[in-house]
Parts: sequence; structure tokens; C-alpha cells
Amino acid sequence: MTATLESSTTDRRPMRWSTLSPLRRASLVWLGALLVFSVVRIITNADDLTSSGTISSTMRVATPILLAGLAGLWAERAGIVNIGIEGMMIVGSWCGGYGAWKWGSWAGIALALVGGALVGLVHALATVRFNVDHVVSGIAINILAAGSTEYLSIIFFKGQQGGGESQSPTGKGGYGEFDMPFLAGGRIGSWRSPDILGWLEKKHDVPLLPDLAGFVRGLVSDVYLPTLVAVALVPLSVWVLWRTRFGLRLRSSGESPRAGESLGVPINRLRYQAMVISGSLAAFGGAYLSCVFTSTYRQGQTGGQGYIGLATTIFGNWQPWGVFRGALLFGFPTALKFRDSKNVPALILVAAVAMLLIAVWFVLRKRSVFASGAAAAAICLILAYQVIDEVPSEFVAATPYIVTIVVLAGARQQLRPPAHAGLPYRPGENH
Amino acid sequence: MNRQSLQRAAVTAGSSVLAVFVALAISTIVLLVTGKDPVRAFSTLFEAASDTKVLQGTVNRATPLMISAAAVAIGFKMNLFNIGVEGQMRVALLTTAVVGANVNLPPVLHVTLCLLVAMASGAVWAGIAGWLKVKRGVNEVISTIMLNFIALSLVAWAFDDFFREDNNTTTVLVKTKELPRSAWFPDIVDRRLNGMIVVAIVVLLVFWVLVWKTRFGFRLRASGANAGAARATGVHPKRMILISILISGAFAGLVGMRALLGDVHAYQNNLAEQQGFNGIAVALLGRNHPLGIFFAALLFGFLGEASGKLQLEDIPKEIATIMSGIIVLAVVIINEAVKRWNDKRIQRRAAAALEEVPS
Repeated sequence: MTATLESSTTDRRPMRWSTLSPLRRASLVWLGALLVFSVVRIITNADDLTSSGTISSTMRVATPILLAGLAGLWAERAGIVNIGIEGMMIVGSWCGGYGAWKWGSWAGIALALVGGALVGLVHALATVRFNVDHVVSGIAINILAAGSTEYLSIIFFKGQQGGGESQSPTGKGGYGEFDMPFLAGGRIGSWRSPDILGWLEKKHDVPLLPDLAGFVRGLVSDVYLPTLVAVALVPLSVWVLWRTRFGLRLRSSGESPRAGESLGVPINRLRYQAMVISGSLAAFGGAYLSCVFTSTYRQGQTGGQGYIGLATTIFGNWQPWGVFRGALLFGFPTALKFRDSKNVPALILVAAVAMLLIAVWFVLRKRSVFASGAAAAAICLILAYQVIDEVPSEFVAATPYIVTIVVLAGARQQLRPPAHAGLPYRPGENH
Repeated sequence: MNRQSLQRAAVTAGSSVLAVFVALAISTIVLLVTGKDPVRAFSTLFEAASDTKVLQGTVNRATPLMISAAAVAIGFKMNLFNIGVEGQMRVALLTTAVVGANVNLPPVLHVTLCLLVAMASGAVWAGIAGWLKVKRGVNEVISTIMLNFIALSLVAWAFDDFFREDNNTTTVLVKTKELPRSAWFPDIVDRRLNGMIVVAIVVLLVFWVLVWKTRFGFRLRASGANAGAARATGVHPKRMILISILISGAFAGLVGMRALLGDVHAYQNNLAEQQGFNGIAVALLGRNHPLGIFFAALLFGFLGEASGKLQLEDIPKEIATIMSGIIVLAVVIINEAVKRWNDKRIQRRAAAALEEVPS
């Protein structure tokens, strides 16, 4: 993705970033980020910044965003812009609430998958069969999903025990929470294994080590099984899209459907399949909200997370692991706010340090204008940190959107969307 | 008007009417499946149509829809998709509420100032998306969606932290300082029908003159129909994009004014909510034409107003929302189908005409 572009700019540098393997690059980035957080944690004394509790609640907050992001990725990789993710999530959350109330929580997710697939098919029917503008169809789906779930709630939930006009009765059954043995003190049979990372995490005076321990422990403690499934979908998406024939054909439908068509790829069928997958993923995200994160469906529960998912698809550069990173990034401030809003100002300092690093990076590339801009931003952020003692929650809510706009405006050259996403296409028209 | 354009207009209008009927048919099925009586539902709606109160409410509801649909349609005319009307409206609402409450002017001037402030602030917020599009090549669909949410947060924050009035009266709703009476937009029928409908019609007229009767409008439509050809004839595409986004934003700023100047007279949370989004549906149904938008807005306004009557008949009023969603989807699908059918018809006729010519 970014390798080709960076290689041209970094050739003159002695340490060649571009020759590193992707895995090393990724681990360097993660390590760098962790270092920044560790430094900020020690400066600000905000120990919760990288605690395992914060990370595991980040995972919970991020799961629906991750699923919505993957939904956007699958659709756009096949060439269909999916603005209707929000609507598909709404349908998913309703189906999840209904299924969990009637039969239990896993049935709720199953019902949501079916419902999402159906809505995905409607979007596919409109955009593929009838060549409707993708954005228009997506908006119609959002209106339709909101209207029909409200209607159905009144029919099915009103007057039921614990239910009402805008919420479902409480769902049955939960999901097993899961702790990794040895790492996070999980149980093997009835024996409770030692909590090694938990012990490491408490050594707050050491830099880096407790942060690393907290991060890893956060990933493996208090994990809901559906979260595990969602995370597993990331490598699965990579494998299917980049390692199978189906995936190659699907991506050809997003990059250049005419080229694919000339090789006998059934573009339209692939797009229907992709939209079924996309709709199910989004609905899974919705059901996660209504029967894992909470145990009731509430009207307006999705609260624009579908759009954050769309932002995540872009932020993640249409790559599954990028979407994963984006979901964690967008989920983190919310999770931090949920736990203790006093820790949120530390994020300003994190942003300041990140800006400083970006400034250094630009200096190394002799881009003085960008470097001074980044440095100025860093100084502003540090000043802001000095002045502010509580960040208004509205700013936390707006962060994903601001970040997305900045990324779109600033790093546009590094982004590479599927070339044919959202364009009108009819098979057999250009010969 | 010659015969061909008359035919085209008939086909366009016909497909919109057809879409409404398809939506009615699907809603009937929905009602039947969920065990409600569709005959009762539709007869209730028909009866509501002869109720003066309902009709006045319809016009009130249609007012913001006409303006927001015009804002969306002017973008559509050059293939720009301004989904950000909602956010632009929200920014304009708070700005106008604050400016209007802190200024003292004679009645007509005060209202005029409020409308101008609303247009300016809407245009500024839309201008961000325009700047991003022109300078940084950011797709306006994404940027306006993001800007909607940013506007929502920004306005909520500014309202909560600076402009809300903590009054000790019995009202539960928190509001900003109330506008002085000179800034109230007068009612045509007291407390029932607000005069903002006049502004909405003026906006539609301006939209019509601007897009169909000026050189700017010609260039705008040319850029939308064929960007390459327009550029070749000397149209400056970036300037066109920026100007049309600014106009769209200025219209968007006016959307909330019926609720602000004509009804509540102060800013509160949820004021005029969703009216920016609903404009998209109205613009689609009205085929981006002022006359079409006028009738589509009245239809949506009527559905919204009359749905309250359904509630009394034990039919959930959300069926009206479902109907609007289906109308949007049906109208775009039918448009496409009708366009294909029309193309084929013209091709066939041309072929027939060619055969008649003796070779």
C-alpha cells in the first residue's frame, strides 16, 4: 500500500524503511506508539491510560466499529459504496434484540446476520440490477431501516414485559467471558492460573513494560466470545480477499470490472455476494450492540457508528488490518471516557507527542513547511493541555470524524481506494 | 414548449407518480403482513386531506423540506452530493439564535439580518467541504458526512458550555436566550401557518432562475452533464464547485429558520432535527426541479402531518417513515427503468424513421 510511495522518498536515507518486512514495520509502529503512551502515562500520572481494563473496554467499544469498517471494506472492494452501513446496523441491532429476547443471545446474532444479508441484497439489487446511484440507495436504506425498525418495535415490543415502543425486552443468556490462562489469570478447570501480566502491569514506575503488559492483557482478559469472532474476521478477510480465487475476482470487480468481465468473471454475481457479506458484517456489529454490549435493543442505539465504520474503512486504507487499527484508535477515547473522564486530557499530550514525531519525520524529509506546521500544532496541543483540565465529551465524540477529514486532506497520496468503487457499471455495455 | 420537451416532462412526472403508487402498494403489504387494516389506514389519510388544520400543518412541515431539497438539488445539478445540509443547518441555527437574540433592530430589518446570518453561517460550514474538495480533492460525500457529526458535537458543546440559559421557569427544555419579538417571523394564520413558506417559495424561484435562466446556471448544468466538455468551453471547474457548494450551504442555513424564527424563537436541542436529511429524499422525488420539489415537499409534509391521525386508529405512525423510504428507493429505480425504456423507444422510432426514407 504505502510501500511504493515511501520507497521513492526514502531512497536517500541510510536506514531503509521500505526494505523492512511489513511485519517489522508494523511492530516498529506499534512499539513507537506504545512508547509515546508510556512516556505520557509517566508524565501525567494517568495510570489508566494503558491499563488492561482500558484496553479490554476499548476492544468492546471497538468491535462494532471494526465490524462496520469491515462491512465497508467488503462492499467497496467489490466496487459498491455502502453508505447504508448505519441502516444495516440498525436492522442488525433490532434483529439481535428480538432474537435474544425470543431464543437467546446467539440466536439474536444469527437472526441479525440473516436480516443484514437481506438488507445488503436490497442495496445490491438497487445498485447492481437497477444501476441506482450508490449513495442514494444507501441513504434510502438508512431511512427505511430506521422507519421499519421503529414500526416493528411498536408491533412486537410494545406492551411486552420490559419492552416498549422504542426498546426490546431484556434478552436471554450472556456470552462466556474469557481470560487467557497464565497471561491474564484465566481458569483451567477449577484451578486459577497465575496472572503474570496483571502482576507486571502494576509496576507503574518502569517505562514501557507495564504498558506492554497492560496492552496484551487487555487483549486477552475479559474477552467476549463475539469479540474474538470479530477479531478473527480480520485475518480471515485478508486471507479470503488476497489469497483465494474468490477474493481476487471480488477485488477485480472493485478495481476494474470491465477487465474482470473480459476474463469471464461474473461481476454482478460477485457484487451480490459481497453485499450479502457486507450486510451481515454490519448487522453483526449492530447485534453486538444490542445483545452483547447491552442486553436490550434501544432505538437509536447505533448512534452513527455505521458512519464511524465508513470512516474506519477510509482510515484503514481499505485494508483489513488498517480497519482494525482504525477501530482501536476510534474506540480508545470513548473507552477512556467511559472508565474515567479525568484521563482524557492525557490524550492531548499523546497527540502532541505524535505531532512532534511527525514534525521530526518531515524535517528528515526536508519538507520544512509541513514540519513547521506539525511543530506548531504540537505546541498548540501542549498549551491546550496546560490550560484544559477536562475535555468536553463532545470533542471525544467528534474525534473520529476530525481524524478522518485530516487524514483524507493530508495523506491523500497514501490512500488507495478501489479504483471503480461507486461508479456506474453495467455488464456488456463497453465492447 | 415543443412536443418533445413536453413528452420528456410527462415521462419524468409520470415516473414520480408511479413511484408514489409503488410505495403505497408496498406499504399496503407491510400493513397486511403486520395485521393492520390498510383500507382504514388510507381512508384515514384521505380524510385528513380535507382537514384544514392538517393542511396548514402540511405547509408548515413542507417549508423547511422545500429549502433543504433546493440546497441538495443545486449540488445534484453538477454531480455534487451535499449530504451535509443537516450539519450546515445546525451550525446556522445556533449562530442565528445567538446573534439574533443579542441584537436590537426594527422588526423587518431584524428578521432580514437573521436570515442573512443563517445563510452566511451555513455557507461557511459548507465552504469547509468545498475547500477540502477543491484544494485537497476530498470527496464531498465523505467530508460532508463527517462534517455533519462534527457540527453536531460542536454545536452541542457550544450550546451546553456557553449559550444555554438556566431559567427557573417550569419548562423542562433548556434553550438559548429567547429572540426579541422583532425577530419573529410573522404567522399567516396565527399559531397554525407560518410565513416562512413565502421564503421557501422565494428560494425555489431563486433556484429556478439561477440554474435555468442565467449563464452561471447554464455552466453549472453543463459541468454536471459533461465536465470535460464544460471545461473545454472555458468553465472553471474548481470555481464552479466552490460557488455551488457555497450557495447550497446558504440555502441549507435557511432550512431551520421556520422552526427558529417562526416557532420556538430560541435554540434548543433537537430543533428542526432530520429536516436537512429529509431534503435529500424530497430532492430525489422532485427530480431536482423546483416544481417537482414543491409538490414532493408537500407530499412528505402531508405524510408527516397526517401520520399523527393514524396513531388514533391504532396504526403506528412510523408507517409514514417507511413510505418515505420506499418512495425514495422506488423513485430512483423507476427513473432508471423509465430512462432505459425511453431510450429504447427513441431508438426504435429513429430506426423506423430511417427505414421509411427511400434509399
